[in-house]
Amino acid sequence: MSNLSSVFYLVSAVLFILSLRGLSHPTTARKGNFYGMLGMAIAIGTTVASPGVLSYKEIAIAFIIGGLIGSTIALKIQMTALPQLVAAFHSLVGLAAVFVAGSAFYNPEAFDIGAVGSIPTGSLIEMALGTAIGAITFTGSIIAFGKLQGIVTGNPLVFKGQHFLNLIIGFVIIGLIAKFCIVQTPEYFWLIVLASFAIGFLLILPIGGADMPVIVSMLNSYSGWAAAGIGFTLSNNLLIITGALVGSSGAILSYIMCKGMNRSFFNVLLGGFGGEQAVASSGKKDDRQPKQGNAADAAFMMKNCSSVIIVPGYGMAVAQAQHALREMGDILKKEGVEVRYAIHPVAGRMPGHMNVLLAEANVPYDEVLELDEINRDFSSTDVAFVIGANDVTNPAAKTDKTSAIYGMPILDVENAGQVFFVKRGMASGYAGVQNELFFRDNTLMLFGDAKKVCEEVIKGLEN
Amino acid sequence: MSELSNQLEKLSYQAQEISNQASNLAANLAETSNGHGDFLVFGFTVLILACFVGYYVVWSVTPALHSPLMGVTNAISSVIIVGALLAAGPIDSSLSKIFGLVAVTLAAVNIFGGFVVTNRMLSMFKKKQ
Repeated sequence: MSNLSSVFYLVSAVLFILSLRGLSHPTTARKGNFYGMLGMAIAIGTTVASPGVLSYKEIAIAFIIGGLIGSTIALKIQMTALPQLVAAFHSLVGLAAVFVAGSAFYNPEAFDIGAVGSIPTGSLIEMALGTAIGAITFTGSIIAFGKLQGIVTGNPLVFKGQHFLNLIIGFVIIGLIAKFCIVQTPEYFWLIVLASFAIGFLLILPIGGADMPVIVSMLNSYSGWAAAGIGFTLSNNLLIITGALVGSSGAILSYIMCKGMNRSFFNVLLGGFGGEQAVASSGKKDDRQPKQGNAADAAFMMKNCSSVIIVPGYGMAVAQAQHALREMGDILKKEGVEVRYAIHPVAGRMPGHMNVLLAEANVPYDEVLELDEINRDFSSTDVAFVIGANDVTNPAAKTDKTSAIYGMPILDVENAGQVFFVKRGMASGYAGVQNELFFRDNTLMLFGDAKKVCEEVIKGLEN
Repeated sequence: MSELSNQLEKLSYQAQEISNQASNLAANLAETSNGHGDFLVFGFTVLILACFVGYYVVWSVTPALHSPLMGVTNAISSVIIVGALLAAGPIDSSLSKIFGLVAVTLAAVNIFGGFVVTNRMLSMFKKKQ
């Protein structure tokens, strides 16, 4: 690598750092994204200009095909399907890492790491690690995509001896890497790929749908480490820096998500949480009947109060209710009601998912507040309007030590003067725990599809 | 007043010392970066430092923008295209070159997809009028 190209790679690394820095505020975020694009353009330009790269035509064709596919998908995708899209994109980074490592193995001269059959051990280890992480990212992301898209069941799939099997495959991969470094034959390279594919698949399968925010963040992190691993093979600092940035970003996001559920990362990773099993095991039947309200009541009350906090959850996204909800908020604002939105860290299927959906529906971002910012205000609020959220409002998380969600930070919806709870039926949330809030005196249930209920409330407000 | 100027003098002395140390460190790093065998240590240094940078930068990202953050990190992790381009570079065709071209295509899907979808998300975030 010449000095000049090193300098360009450094510039592009700095631009990547700036692009993340820009996301500290919505006003600087778009500039940040531009820095990211610029950094990528510089990195690609520098590489294409390097003396070893000569097949411009083929590269251009491959690049344009990929670019067209990527742009088309990104322009057409619905914002509710964002988590699936991100998972699918992660899988591509993983697969690309496998292919790059593979071509480094078959043609080490192009990467300056010796000749076929006599690659230094250090490079082989780096290559093998990059391959393994890339392959795990690939199949893991495919399963995550399937679960989010509904192709694979969102329920955790568990079987006996699962963790033991994973452990064995883990050791097999380590053994294969050791053997690969000694014999340097292609068979072992592909065996590493296959074993890593298998473990990526098995790791994500037992994890339930609502734990996907953690998993998508984790895979985001993996795709970064895969890039860093390839960076070591290529002796390229840009790949290492970028890989570390992405890797730590994903790790921090997983941490935030885990904290939002008061669960350890291992607990999520071991899987089997929630879904039908948890409902069955919780056992005791609940005969209490919640009070039921109707949309007209809700409309009347909200119109005549002074402040409303809306608590959206994944159910809102499923019902595509964000536009109707914003319309409802607009009418209330016109009536002089203060309307704000409260977002729990794990609402939705990826970090920040609700914020994007509300932004898509033209809700200004300064009306959308995080748990820490708004939680105290519930006690001074007249109406809390919960739509498509459940577990994150359950007061049992604070009081009931036996509850599966005990200790999880919740939105103190119960403290509001009146709670309206929009829900399709009485089914419990992801954690399989009955929500105490339903039976409080100040709670009225509004049964029905989230979007329809919003539309009915709007009708009520207009009359 | 004189106390202040004294302190200033001390401070400038310290600054000079630090800069001396930094340039020594840089010289050391440059020495170790010669040849591939030594790159492991150098690369590892870069990796750890970059992790710290990432840690502080990512914690300063506002939670409302965590989805765009994933979009951007997804796009920039495709910087792996650098490796793909080197692999696809040689004129004569080989298995390794085909792998490289496939990787270029995959990474390009990600780069464009990641940046475009992030841009779409960010363009929706608006302030109250």
